[in-house]
Amino acid sequence: MLAFYLIGAFSSLILNKKDRICSYFSFSSAAAGALSGVLFSSGIIFGDSFYFTLSQDSYLKFGFFVDKLSAFFILVISISVFAVSIFSTGYVKEYFGKKNIGHLGFLYNIFIISMIFVVCANNAIMFLIVWELMSVISFFLVVYEHEKPETRKAGFIYIVMTHIGTGFIILSFMIFASGSGNFNFETFKAAGSTMTPLLKDLAFIFAFIGFGTKAGIVPLHIWLPYAHPAAPSNVSALMSGVMIKTAIFMLIRINFDFLGASESLWGYIVLIAGTISAIIGILYAVVESDMKRMLAFSSIENIGIILIGLGASMIFLSSGKPILSAIAAIAALYHLLNHSVFKGLLFMGAGSILYSTHTKNIEKLGGIIKKMPVSAILILIGVLSISAMPPFSGFVSEWLTFQSLLLSFDLNNNFAIITLSISAALLALTGALAAYCFLKFFGMVFLALPRSEHAQHAKEVNIPMLAGMGIFALLSILLGILPMYVLPALDRIAASFIGTSAFSQSIPVGTFGMISIPSSHGISISTPVLLAILLILMLIPAIILLINRNTRQPFYETWGCGQPVSTSRNEYSAKAFSKPVQVWFKSLYRPARETEATYSSPYLKESFKFESRIEQVFEQYLYNPVVDFVMVKSRKARLIQTGSIHAYLGYIFGILIILFMFVIAGGD
Amino acid sequence: MIAQIIFQIIIIIALAPLLSGIMKKVKAFFQIRKGPGILQPYYDIIKLLKKDSVISENVSWIFHAAPIISFAAVLTAGLLIPIYITQLSLGFAGDLIAVIYLFALARFFTALASLDAGSSFGGMGGSREMFIASLVEPALMLSIFAVALNVGSTNLGFISQTVSSLGFDAMSPYQILAFVALFIIAIAETGRIPVDNPATHLELTMIHEAMILEYSGKQLAIVELGAMIKQLLIYSLLANIFFPWGIATGGADAAEYVLALLIFVIKIIIIGISMAVVETSTAKWRLFRLPELLSISLMLSFLAIVAFIIVKGG
Repeated sequence: MLAFYLIGAFSSLILNKKDRICSYFSFSSAAAGALSGVLFSSGIIFGDSFYFTLSQDSYLKFGFFVDKLSAFFILVISISVFAVSIFSTGYVKEYFGKKNIGHLGFLYNIFIISMIFVVCANNAIMFLIVWELMSVISFFLVVYEHEKPETRKAGFIYIVMTHIGTGFIILSFMIFASGSGNFNFETFKAAGSTMTPLLKDLAFIFAFIGFGTKAGIVPLHIWLPYAHPAAPSNVSALMSGVMIKTAIFMLIRINFDFLGASESLWGYIVLIAGTISAIIGILYAVVESDMKRMLAFSSIENIGIILIGLGASMIFLSSGKPILSAIAAIAALYHLLNHSVFKGLLFMGAGSILYSTHTKNIEKLGGIIKKMPVSAILILIGVLSISAMPPFSGFVSEWLTFQSLLLSFDLNNNFAIITLSISAALLALTGALAAYCFLKFFGMVFLALPRSEHAQHAKEVNIPMLAGMGIFALLSILLGILPMYVLPALDRIAASFIGTSAFSQSIPVGTFGMISIPSSHGISISTPVLLAILLILMLIPAIILLINRNTRQPFYETWGCGQPVSTSRNEYSAKAFSKPVQVWFKSLYRPARETEATYSSPYLKESFKFESRIEQVFEQYLYNPVVDFVMVKSRKARLIQTGSIHAYLGYIFGILIILFMFVIAGGD
Repeated sequence: MIAQIIFQIIIIIALAPLLSGIMKKVKAFFQIRKGPGILQPYYDIIKLLKKDSVISENVSWIFHAAPIISFAAVLTAGLLIPIYITQLSLGFAGDLIAVIYLFALARFFTALASLDAGSSFGGMGGSREMFIASLVEPALMLSIFAVALNVGSTNLGFISQTVSSLGFDAMSPYQILAFVALFIIAIAETGRIPVDNPATHLELTMIHEAMILEYSGKQLAIVELGAMIKQLLIYSLLANIFFPWGIATGGADAAEYVLALLIFVIKIIIIGISMAVVETSTAKWRLFRLPELLSISLMLSFLAIVAFIIVKGG
């Protein structure tokens, strides 16, 4: 598996002058690596863990450790990589002759390797090295189109935020190491049970902030809407679909494996942070007109939904309800898998639109369903999945998430019931807004008339790109209608870190692919049956429409109050479509607008310019003050930075003397 | 089993226009008009089925597929909702949450089709419809929580059966609070005053009508029938979650089924009449005042949960 990626990486470096061969080589070996990754990880999910160490030194065992949880993430990574690699062979044609394909292929393969290492690392030092590798490589991928100034800004914000995150991760690992005496993850588990509650709390909080930055939890999310749109679309598909999930992996590791999810407080923190991320993420996505930024905000939302499941799972486990905990964890893992599939699909879809029309502004598109019919269907599947429409994949995982929140009535804990039900209400709002957001995306981009030259000249993208999207579209449908085959596998994974299997006591796969919630009064769904009824019932209206009782279907222009108005200027715009939400949540968006009109006479307007903006509240009120504060303090600090080497030698000497005195005084 | 499914489909399709007709008649009565006969919706649909459809030049296949998908989604939801019996053959295939998401699927495609013709009316209608759906959803989920807390399930057949077997003991503060919350939601979901006015074609006020403005002939017949069915189903939800008394449970004989069906029709008509009364006694609200209405519903559902905790001693 790794060999394929390495071949892909180095062959692309060697071949970097021959664009075409280089792209085929690097991406097809990545795809091959991905296939072997799928085989390897499914072997582990249904078999035993894999453990491999390079050095047997007890202080620091360098090696890989792949248990069921890691295998699940390798599986998610591999599936995404497979589809995205196929897509990439077509997509990078965009860069032929303009950019260095060799560098892209090299970074792409190394990026995948680093992600796989992150989920297999067996000690903190190795983890930090590969984590940093992953961050740095993804930074290089973000700034791949570095000639654009906004890309450089995106890269800068990303690298700063990700290092703040790493700082907190190091702090958390230090706390564990102080408890265990070394840096091996194995001993962290033992340390987790012996540490004092305060240290545990600190370790949890630092890890949550550190990994939360990578996952994009509000308010640590600000890098995401910059970095994901700036990267090439195939890379954004991987970053959004997979990379941010590695942070979820570590959160599960630390909370369940190391700390045993013993404090319900942590569960509430995760649940509340998840709920806030979900709602804030989707609120910004709804009003966004840049496709890729919109998708990035929606990733924040989906990470929130995953965290809601995880938080609920932690609350249940700490309250002594392992079965409920397993159900919630399965919901979270299912949504994680689904999100990597449909978000990958949508990022690739956005990439296809960008490839074909050279714009990612929704306002400038429209009507391309007729120009790109196949892409339109594939993207529609992605849109339906992410909007949780039955029987597509998002529906199953959101349904499971709702059910696990509903299970709070088994807790006999009023605080939990109220918190979880409010969380469910906000999750419902998130779901409705997600449908709103992606309806706007699909409707504005694909339907009605083209709004600009760009959209008029759109044409269908090439076969590898369609194939890449097609794989994910197919998976979105299969994950939706065949949950009964996915759940047992997820059940094994969840059981590996919770210790109890949710479905062991009842048969998860009932008749007709029914999945039912254990220990409930007949709560069940069966998506294959739903799909079958839907298809059969579609026959009723279809037959009515097809019976041709001497009726005709003449074509005529769209009705516009009797005026000839069939032009794209009369269409509803994306901004207008999401305006009600903007008015509803104006305290969050703080919209500002400017109008500018020129008059040829006092009565006749010659031109009219309208500009409207919304504020990024978190940047404005949370980050800017901090940045300003740091800048002011740095200027103060400049006083001691004289730039003369003698002064620096003096500082070192001074510190040494102080340290000596400290030691002599018997300081400890 | 198959017989029950087919019978349920026939009942739903047959009763939906009748309910619409009765509500129109009641409204006409309060407005001191004579009004069309209660069978008028049937005539309208038959008339539309005989007419040509004029199709916009701008549309794609979405416009043609949307009525079919929406209609099927609503009818699928109808097979998951207890109408006159609680033992549904397909009750295992989905619960209350699945019903809501099936309605969302229907709404999604109607709204997509509204954008397809490229008219500003369509976009406006679609945008407002999705806005109201977003307002409704949190209140709806909380009231489901309140119901599920009480009964312990989201399986609709189970809810009806449990409440029905409890008899009048089921009446409790939280049940009533949740009912009022869901009643407000039902107004919004079925597009009634004060949320939407089903009788208007004024561009400032219409929501659902704006979405389907480009449909005509047979397609319009399908869309209209779908809307009527959705209305019937939402009222049946109200009736059979909160007042399921009289519904037939498993093992009843033919006479009992007929009785249960009659009781169902009476319940639906009562809800329809009260909806019409609410509609005639209020004026349509401005779009941006609607968050207030829906937050009332949200608060009521929340109170229902709190009341449950207090009454049951948590």
